[in-house]
Amino acid sequence: MEQSKLQEILKAGSLEEILGTAVPYPKEIELKGELTKDMVEELSRIKGEPEWMLRHRLRALELFYKLPMPKWVVGVEELDLEGLVLYSKPEIGNEVRDWDDLPENIRRTFERLNIPEIEKKFLSGLTAVFDSESVYSKLKEEFEKKGIIMIPMEEAVKRYPNLVKKYFGRVFPAGEHKFSALHHALWSGGVFVYVPKGVRIPFPVEAFFVIGSALEGQFEHTLLVADEGSYIHFIEGCSAPMYKGFSFHDGMVEIYAHKNATVKFTTIQNWSRNVINFNNKRAIIEENAYVEWIEGSIGSKITYTYPSSILKGEGARTAQYVVSLSNGPFLKDTGAKTIHLAPNTSSKIVSKSISANGGINIYRGLVRILKGAKNSTSTVSCDSLILDEKSKAYTYPHNQIDEPTASIIHEATTGKLGEDKLFYMNSRGIGEEEAKSLIVLGFISEILEGLPFEYVEVLKRVIELEFSEVGGVG
Amino acid sequence: MNMLKVEDLHVKIMDKEILRGITLSIGEGELHVVMGPNGSGKSTLALTIAGHPRYKVVKGRILFEGEDITEMKPEERAKKGIFLSFQHPVEVEGVKVIQFLQRMLKNLRGIDEVEAYEIIFNAVEELGLDSSVLSRELNVGFSGGERKKLEMLQAYLVKPKLLILDEPDSGVDVDSLKVIAGIIDRLHREGTSILLITHYGRILEYLNAQRVHVLKDGKLVASGGIELVKVIEEKGFAAVEEYGAV
Repeated sequence: MEQSKLQEILKAGSLEEILGTAVPYPKEIELKGELTKDMVEELSRIKGEPEWMLRHRLRALELFYKLPMPKWVVGVEELDLEGLVLYSKPEIGNEVRDWDDLPENIRRTFERLNIPEIEKKFLSGLTAVFDSESVYSKLKEEFEKKGIIMIPMEEAVKRYPNLVKKYFGRVFPAGEHKFSALHHALWSGGVFVYVPKGVRIPFPVEAFFVIGSALEGQFEHTLLVADEGSYIHFIEGCSAPMYKGFSFHDGMVEIYAHKNATVKFTTIQNWSRNVINFNNKRAIIEENAYVEWIEGSIGSKITYTYPSSILKGEGARTAQYVVSLSNGPFLKDTGAKTIHLAPNTSSKIVSKSISANGGINIYRGLVRILKGAKNSTSTVSCDSLILDEKSKAYTYPHNQIDEPTASIIHEATTGKLGEDKLFYMNSRGIGEEEAKSLIVLGFISEILEGLPFEYVEVLKRVIELEFSEVGGVG
Repeated sequence: MNMLKVEDLHVKIMDKEILRGITLSIGEGELHVVMGPNGSGKSTLALTIAGHPRYKVVKGRILFEGEDITEMKPEERAKKGIFLSFQHPVEVEGVKVIQFLQRMLKNLRGIDEVEAYEIIFNAVEELGLDSSVLSRELNVGFSGGERKKLEMLQAYLVKPKLLILDEPDSGVDVDSLKVIAGIIDRLHREGTSILLITHYGRILEYLNAQRVHVLKDGKLVASGGIELVKVIEEKGFAAVEEYGAV
């Protein structure tokens, strides 16, 4: 039974076969229209938040009004915030303890994506977010006993105010740019994770996000605190059915890795092609701690995402693996940011972009090594694969090294699938579509090696679908 | 029936006519040799039969087992049983040799991955090749000899009906040449029809060729038995033109 569901997903002709087109479903509350102080107050009231969080939102709203639209952002002219539902609470029962407690339409969306089965088989815990609310959140009992916290962000604000206050908006402040301000004013849903000192979670925990209908904004907030010497692997998945119109995602992830902690944060983003996706991701990394980002962007119409690491403590390390696929008339503007503040810190950025069928990839990278960050090292490698003449890739790396004992290595390559390479594959019975998926999977194999087997299988299948004649997009 | 029949073949690249009326047929199990000076159109002939899209057939046709394949996609020709061993096999970054061979066997012979894995390892051992190539990226950083041997391993795995060899002996040392010739001879004895393009007569010492054709300026200027090779080696290509194409 379980096996058959996985098989079904692996065999499906396209993502739409799995998720289908959007169907209407009952909603309890929707907030839309002009973004005003009243609306933010209403949102806070609905959530029954403490006063300090309302103040936090209102400060962020002020900043949103003041801050200019970032000049480098293209495609947002389509973004009409007033036309979007900025908060949408689907109708769900009172207390959700199990998948069976969810309304059928929502449960089935997650079942189609095989989420409950993956949870059962190899996750330590799972949070599912539908529209603006976390509809399901569960950590396996054995991990709860060790003091690990994994609960919806709203619940954390109420139950652990001191812990949340210490980190919320401190890693990624509202005032950074217009969209981070918007996020802090409207955040809803998401998950709070705390791993106590010395606790290691052997299996990954996952958060899965679904935007159920068009013209919606999703602003989920994930805050992950890994205390000294702890270990966690967090996987984030995103999906949406096809609908007319577009939706806007402006999520945020804040990570705080204390001394000697290890955090792996993996994102597999496969939004439908009408989502404009804006991400705000940042980690602060203390002494000898390590944070690894894997940022996989497959879906969406436009994506902006640049996972950032701030190496704050001596000996802190980070690795940022960024994979972006633009197959069709889509844009991925991705990259990574690393700031070395302390001595003996090291960073590694590996970016792999694939452009096909008119797709565009832009890489923006920033490495800063501040004076005093003695003997710090950074390696950046930036590879682009362009599968046809219509497609493009641009890279804008920027390095700023103010410490004479620090070193940085930068490499960039551009590969093309030329006629002769394709003919060689063809002459071995491998057709064009199959050749493309084989070359793409080979191109990103270094990054796939760092993922759990089950995810690799699903990802491989997704990429094969991208280049198969029936699936894909246009 | 002829395995391959090429009728009055005219081929252009861009606007330049490279082949100007080639007629040639290879019977089942025969080994034919095509020789000729540089730029005479030998590789063009090989790539056109395999279906390279850059080479446009402007006149004439190609028949394989009696079927007109002139307009067929290269992967379809491969599935019919045509295999081209390239003069310059391309580098394909990221794709492991073993994975590529598994995919090839699946598509051309319908063998599943697990079985293919075993077949590939057995073949490598049987042919006395180095199994470490299997875990490398396809042709990436390979020496000339390594590339040509990998082409031969592929041919041996596929067991094609028609094997086209575009200079399997160029850029290889004497030891590799013996290995390569051994594999060709083995396939030939097992019944594969072969079209062998070569610059040198040396490889022919290991093979049992039936006919030799000489190509010059896009036309066959001479056809005959294996004795033509000796004449070419001693007196050059011009000397055999008097034999005429048959």
